[in-house]
Amino acid sequence: MGFLHDIGKYFLMLGSMFTKPEKLSMYLKETFRQVYQIGIGSVLIIAIVSTFVGAVTAVQFSYQLLDIGLIPMWWMGIIVRDSLILEMAPTICALLLAGKVGSNIASELGSMRVTEQIDALEIMGVNTTAYLVGPKIVGALIIVPFLIIMAVFLGIIGGLLAGTFGNFFSSAEYIRGLQDGHENYYVVVMMIKCYVFAFIITSIACFQGFYVKGGALEIGNASTRAVVNSSIVIIIANFLIAFLLL
Amino acid sequence: MIEVRNIKKRFGEQEVLKGISTEFENGKCNLIIGSSGAGKTVFLKSLVGLFDPEEGEILYDGRSIQQMGVKEKKSLRNEMGMLFQGNALFDSMTVEENVRFPLDMFTDMSAEEKKERVNSCLSRVNLHNANAKYPGQISGGMMKRVGIARAIVMNPKYLFCDEPNSGLDPKTALVIDELIQEITIEYNITTVINTHDMNSVMGIGDKVVFLHQGLKHWEGTKEDVLEETENQELYNFIFASDFLKKLREAALKKA
Repeated sequence: MGFLHDIGKYFLMLGSMFTKPEKLSMYLKETFRQVYQIGIGSVLIIAIVSTFVGAVTAVQFSYQLLDIGLIPMWWMGIIVRDSLILEMAPTICALLLAGKVGSNIASELGSMRVTEQIDALEIMGVNTTAYLVGPKIVGALIIVPFLIIMAVFLGIIGGLLAGTFGNFFSSAEYIRGLQDGHENYYVVVMMIKCYVFAFIITSIACFQGFYVKGGALEIGNASTRAVVNSSIVIIIANFLIAFLLL
Repeated sequence: MIEVRNIKKRFGEQEVLKGISTEFENGKCNLIIGSSGAGKTVFLKSLVGLFDPEEGEILYDGRSIQQMGVKEKKSLRNEMGMLFQGNALFDSMTVEENVRFPLDMFTDMSAEEKKERVNSCLSRVNLHNANAKYPGQISGGMMKRVGIARAIVMNPKYLFCDEPNSGLDPKTALVIDELIQEITIEYNITTVINTHDMNSVMGIGDKVVFLHQGLKHWEGTKEDVLEETENQELYNFIFASDFLKKLREAALKKA
């Protein structure tokens, strides 16, 4: 019953966002602040992780394929590119963002609730879900796809560097693979994942933070729930998108 | 004027407000007093519409808040200002941005007009040279002043204060009380204050409502409070300390 109650409350929260903004310029300002906060704040961690994910993908596949010796090494370009586009970049970035951005949003809204800042906004006549939740979701929908596209490029570069420095393949072989058999549809699937994951991360985190009751302990619990719940939903959504679209 | 008619509010099994009726007049400081857990905060939050009472009615100059649509409620809220117990200032904004926020959100004033209005409100609460500071960089008393400045920046008709003196030293508490009283008279606002500070009651309480266990146990003026002896709960609340009891006895003996 508690689970169903929460699901209902979650959709009611999302529904209550769709009202006419009190002042559009204030909402836009807040949205760009969120774009900056989510985007700039996450660039470094996404860059580091995606570079190494690309590198480790290249090294491990090369190692296994070299042992078998049945597949030409220029295929590594295809393998790294497609696995990054279809799976690694969107899913790993989404899980990272669920940890970083999700916990941040939940604790920010949680402290605003506990310190009565949300009540203060309501007293002024501000639609608090629209003003506090809406810009976060829209901001993530704008910036997360860029972060994931960046992750794909850096992952490919990471693969190139690791493969060539480790003498698994030459840069010419890798680049030949990158240029071969590219499917635009894979990018479409990746973009769908980007938008779905961005929505999941921010909306679940906002839900957890917005309805915090109590004090510091509950804010911590809400942050944890935001990360755990959004990670689980991301993994399930990832499977469903792959199952339905591929 | 605010009229409260028999409001009841419960949380689960617990009935916090058990049917309270009273009236708060314009240009007066109306004080809600009572010990912790008496229902003061729930009462105040019900008044401003943060909680919906299960029964009863709250009328703002004859307009029932329960029967208002979303638009009407929003415009009523533009007429309200509230000072929260913990100030509820936005941490990520400077003092100036905090006070300017309602103007940014609800008016089409030019940047210059807004600056002028913000500065006039900040100087009204005797706060100078703090515009660029963040809430974390100013004292508790200054935060209260910023809270008051933000509450009055839209020229409200109704001002609500939840424990405005909590966490302040007695001298600063008196300054805040005087400020609230002056603003109430100056702008002819209906002010409702939650407090358990007897200095406030004696200083600015034009009307005092005593809540006990979710019920209105007594109401009157600050002058009536000291003379009230029949209401045991009120007596125990006001003269909770032996020091005050002795002072009262000494005053009575003298009289």
